[in-house]
Amino acid sequence: MYDFSYHKPSSVADAVKLLAADPDARAISGGMTLLPALKLRLNKPSAVVDLSGIAELRGVKREGNTIVIGALTKHYEVATSAEVKAAIPALAWMASTIGDTQVRNRGTMGGSVANNDPSADYPAALLALGATIQTDKRKISADDFFQGMFATALDVGEIVTAVHIPVPEKAGYAKMKNPASRYSMAGVFVAKGPAGVRVGVNGAGAGGAFRATEMEAALAANWSPDAVAGIKLDAGMMNGDIHGSAEYRAHLVTVMAKRAVANAG
Amino acid sequence: MNVAAPFEGIGASVRRKEDFRFLAGRGQYTDDINRPGQTHAFILRSPHAHAEIKGIDIAAAKAMPGVLAIFTGEDMAAEKIGGLPCGWQIHNKDGSPMAEPPHPVIAVGKARHVGDPVAVVIAETKQQARDAGEAIVVEYNPLPAAATMEQALKPGAPQIHEGAPGNLCYDWHIGDKAAQEAAFAGAHKVIRFETTNNRLVPNAMEPRAAIGEWDAQSGDYTLYTTSQNPHVIRLLMGAFVLNIPESKLRVVAPDVGGGFGSKIYHYAEEAIVTWASAKVRRPIKWTAERTESFMSDAHGRDHVSKAELAVDAQGKILGLKVHTHANMGAYLSTFAPCVPTYLYATLLAGVYATPVIYAEVKAVFTNTVPVDAYRGAGRPEATYLLERLMDVAAAELGLDRVEFRRKNFIPVDAFPYQTPVALQYDSGNYFATLDAALEAADWKGFEARRAAAAAKGKLRGIGISTYLEACGIAPSAVVGSLGARAGLYEVGTIRVHPTGSVTVLTGAHSHGQGHETTFAQLVSDRLGVPVANVDIVHGDTAKVPFGMGTYGSRSLAVGGSAMFKAMDKIIAKGKRIAAHLMEASVEDVEFDRGTFRVAGTDKTKTLTDVSLAAYVPHNYPIEEIEPGLEETAFYDPKNFTYPGGCHIAEIEIDPDTGKVSMVNFTAVDDVGRVINPMIVEGQVQGGIAQGIGQALLESAIYDDQGQLISGSMMDYTMPRADDLAPVSVATHTTLCTHNPLGVKGCGEVGAIGSPPAVMNAVVDALKEYGVRHIEMPATPAKIWNIINGGRRMAAE
Amino acid sequence: MPQVTLTVNGTKHTVEVEARTLLVELLREKLRLTGTHVGCDTSQCGACVVHMGGDSIKACTILAVQCEGADVTTIEGLAAADGTLHPMQEAFREYHALQCGFCTPGMVMSAIDLVNKHPGGLSEQEIREGLEGNICRCTGYHNIVKAIAAAADVMQGRRSELARAAE
Repeated sequence: MYDFSYHKPSSVADAVKLLAADPDARAISGGMTLLPALKLRLNKPSAVVDLSGIAELRGVKREGNTIVIGALTKHYEVATSAEVKAAIPALAWMASTIGDTQVRNRGTMGGSVANNDPSADYPAALLALGATIQTDKRKISADDFFQGMFATALDVGEIVTAVHIPVPEKAGYAKMKNPASRYSMAGVFVAKGPAGVRVGVNGAGAGGAFRATEMEAALAANWSPDAVAGIKLDAGMMNGDIHGSAEYRAHLVTVMAKRAVANAG
Repeated sequence: MNVAAPFEGIGASVRRKEDFRFLAGRGQYTDDINRPGQTHAFILRSPHAHAEIKGIDIAAAKAMPGVLAIFTGEDMAAEKIGGLPCGWQIHNKDGSPMAEPPHPVIAVGKARHVGDPVAVVIAETKQQARDAGEAIVVEYNPLPAAATMEQALKPGAPQIHEGAPGNLCYDWHIGDKAAQEAAFAGAHKVIRFETTNNRLVPNAMEPRAAIGEWDAQSGDYTLYTTSQNPHVIRLLMGAFVLNIPESKLRVVAPDVGGGFGSKIYHYAEEAIVTWASAKVRRPIKWTAERTESFMSDAHGRDHVSKAELAVDAQGKILGLKVHTHANMGAYLSTFAPCVPTYLYATLLAGVYATPVIYAEVKAVFTNTVPVDAYRGAGRPEATYLLERLMDVAAAELGLDRVEFRRKNFIPVDAFPYQTPVALQYDSGNYFATLDAALEAADWKGFEARRAAAAAKGKLRGIGISTYLEACGIAPSAVVGSLGARAGLYEVGTIRVHPTGSVTVLTGAHSHGQGHETTFAQLVSDRLGVPVANVDIVHGDTAKVPFGMGTYGSRSLAVGGSAMFKAMDKIIAKGKRIAAHLMEASVEDVEFDRGTFRVAGTDKTKTLTDVSLAAYVPHNYPIEEIEPGLEETAFYDPKNFTYPGGCHIAEIEIDPDTGKVSMVNFTAVDDVGRVINPMIVEGQVQGGIAQGIGQALLESAIYDDQGQLISGSMMDYTMPRADDLAPVSVATHTTLCTHNPLGVKGCGEVGAIGSPPAVMNAVVDALKEYGVRHIEMPATPAKIWNIINGGRRMAAE
Repeated sequence: MPQVTLTVNGTKHTVEVEARTLLVELLREKLRLTGTHVGCDTSQCGACVVHMGGDSIKACTILAVQCEGADVTTIEGLAAADGTLHPMQEAFREYHALQCGFCTPGMVMSAIDLVNKHPGGLSEQEIREGLEGNICRCTGYHNIVKAIAAAADVMQGRRSELARAAE
């Protein structure tokens, strides 16, 4: 990789200052997406700002009917968190399927959310759960936050600090992994919560994670796998590659939606 | 108390001697070696599949921090450095030699595949070398590429080499065409079948690496390299590329992290670091990144074939006709030409008594990475073609696929059996391996399992493959007559030390096969020395006599036989020494596992008594016998060996996603005498995993511009633990009749026998969709397309 | 040049590195702990897995400077001072779970973390899924799965096949 300067601030304010001062600086937490890109020299940041020293960004807590997950919380910690398992077991299970063990031991919720990789698991889950993303300066609804492949509402220098997730009545997740990379090829997170019935899809969409509104309407009327079985998403909005055509991915979304509803119970 | 030592000889699953160092992190792989003053090389590679190189500007790069030197193809050409040689020459149908275009170490004038070396930077650190490499400015004139054989053979296709018109390397054939035509004329039915054998990337887990070092005082060169055959590299690189005499060039292949064929060949980077080390007068290390491995290690397979099988009204095979296109890639890798000819077409009889066979093979240049032998090499291609064809034919003839095979097996009493395609099988019993596998896999109970799976919404299938291969390569005279430019014997030295421990020097090379254990068992079994006291030395041309290395499942059959012959000499000499010590006639001395005995008496001498006498020759017949107890034998086999057997795969398909899951795999293999059953099982299991990988997961895919799309492990599907299921492995032995150990070889059977078993199971599972054939790999998307198309057709 | 202080296999080291240096490069090139291998450049193969604070991580996907103050264990640090192998290493040997040995260090380190995180034991399927981050090209995994199951029994104090074999 290209060389860069390295900074490890101990507060959000310092981190934001460093990132705002240098538009070519990149924040790193687990580094599970950034470092592979740097190793292949796909990226040339001038500075890397390591957020992992900011203690306030770590941990899971329940506040009333909301689960709050700090941005630096690792996937393994979410997967095994007693609070998450009790309140949103589907989210804990989803976290247990991200990448491999070593990714889960390093990768963080905040990194996954801020990067908005189309095949990452979190964005679809947060869309479905109607979560709110807390940054160093504001709160943004998931619907507004995720703006297509690798694009988010974050300003330059702005960092994710936590997500607030209203506890749903029911939620479920299912995904088909890419046979080679093991990233999501099509994952569907379904939830029935305070914001109604919502369906988030990752992996398949040509424009990144998105909500399947037709499925939401069908599930609102009839919460059962059969309700979505006949809904085919438009292949035109899907991604196609050597592992599967857009038509195949569109089909997988339906299959995974059925399974997610079944998993939700 | 006298505790019997555990049996360590032939047939014992002795735990491996090499494991301690690997488990403790003390292996010494090439990249683990660091030489004093070492520098680092970065190879700049062509991003284009086919392009003229109009100019290379190194000025800016040369001024970068840490840069010691930059070399291009022109620099090597100016010193008359030879191209990378090809070790096998095939002749065309008309008797003319194949097209053998030059293969420059670093491209000169033109790049012919993505990854073709264009320049090399030598710098103080790896990162500095790479930083500078990116500052080299190469002016390319991109040319249209021929990325597939179809593109390359079209009229008007881009010409890759001047000396290979139409991009044809050779047009070769074997067998009796007239007899084949006559057999087909009288056939009850002719079954036609076309298939592609998918292109694979070997991906040994250790990336290739090389360190070149030049000694200014002596002028000697040393190359540390990830090779399966250091002597072959010394010969090819020394004699044909760099013009260094053997005495001035040492090649060391230390611990090597898997090869599977891909580390047989002489690669550009070996020559580059060796040559350049004298230029910069410091050692140079190069280690491939995995991305580089994908674009520079020789790939495997890549055949397109048409086959026709003629049968009579009783279901007996009358003849076989095969036409194959084999992809050579952009240049001829070291042994590439022999893979689709003498390792492929000669295997087309398989286990069947096919009276006539005619096969034609066209080898084609394309703008892709060179293709060469990968685990199995030619034999998986033949086996896949034949065993899929047997299933297709059985279905078309309305015959049971097992009975159709059995009906055509070479009878047990027909050995030695001469096939119509050159090979003579020495031994085998295909009925026995078939019956054992059917029993172990509970073939009879399958329909109940299919029904149970169907009740869960799954499509279950079972598939069988009865295969044969030829390995233990090979008689030198035979391969020489077929075009090999090397001998294929092996060497073994048995050095009995004064106090009776033993060091073995072998030309075979271990890169996972467990030679340090298996070979020690051979010696222990015969000489009665504990395995712990038998040390195996390999992989260093400065230590070991000229040997040919490890590939083609030859280490035990050829290398082990050389050791056996060397032990014959040790025992013969030992008997003479023992006869002297016991004042007996040499004819009366017997030897058994470490003890010399005067027949019919209790007069004995141990091997240690004899070795001590040999090295301290005080009471010794010095006029008649030389001191010392060390013998070397070169063994050149009389024939190939012919392992065979039966593989049965059972799979389940999730019709919603198209995903194929392995449920069960049963293998019953005849690998000849088994020295270490644990190691044999491990070799077979590993081979099967690669075979399942080929069938279900792996595929090197180029786009029509010649870019490798599956160019990393993000897109090339490597088999992982959860892609596979437990494998049941058993052996059924018929002995090889022509080597002294009776061994046949076990390294490749798994990769050869398994792909058609898996694909026959996949096709079986999709019976209801009217599927006749599916190309490998059977990915979820491909299977879903078939199911989806099938359902649509049913609905229409 | 940045400096990093970390503990590796119980020994504290302070090392100067470029910011872009990966932990695996620090281990292999600066500390000469060459048991940790590099088999790919896309964080897929797991040949580089080490433990940091007890968790298995890929040493190719973490900067050395990110390891300030960390406690790292590599394959060289597993065996006891007298050379006695860790039960996982011993099981790999007993069950022939390695061939070329290149993926082995990472495989062993991942396997230990996997067992530690399943104190109640593991099914065959859990072991296979738990090895998602480690690729082996030689063994077909069959014997690796068996070895991990056996080592889990030893590590977790269950009477195992391995123990019975030793009796």
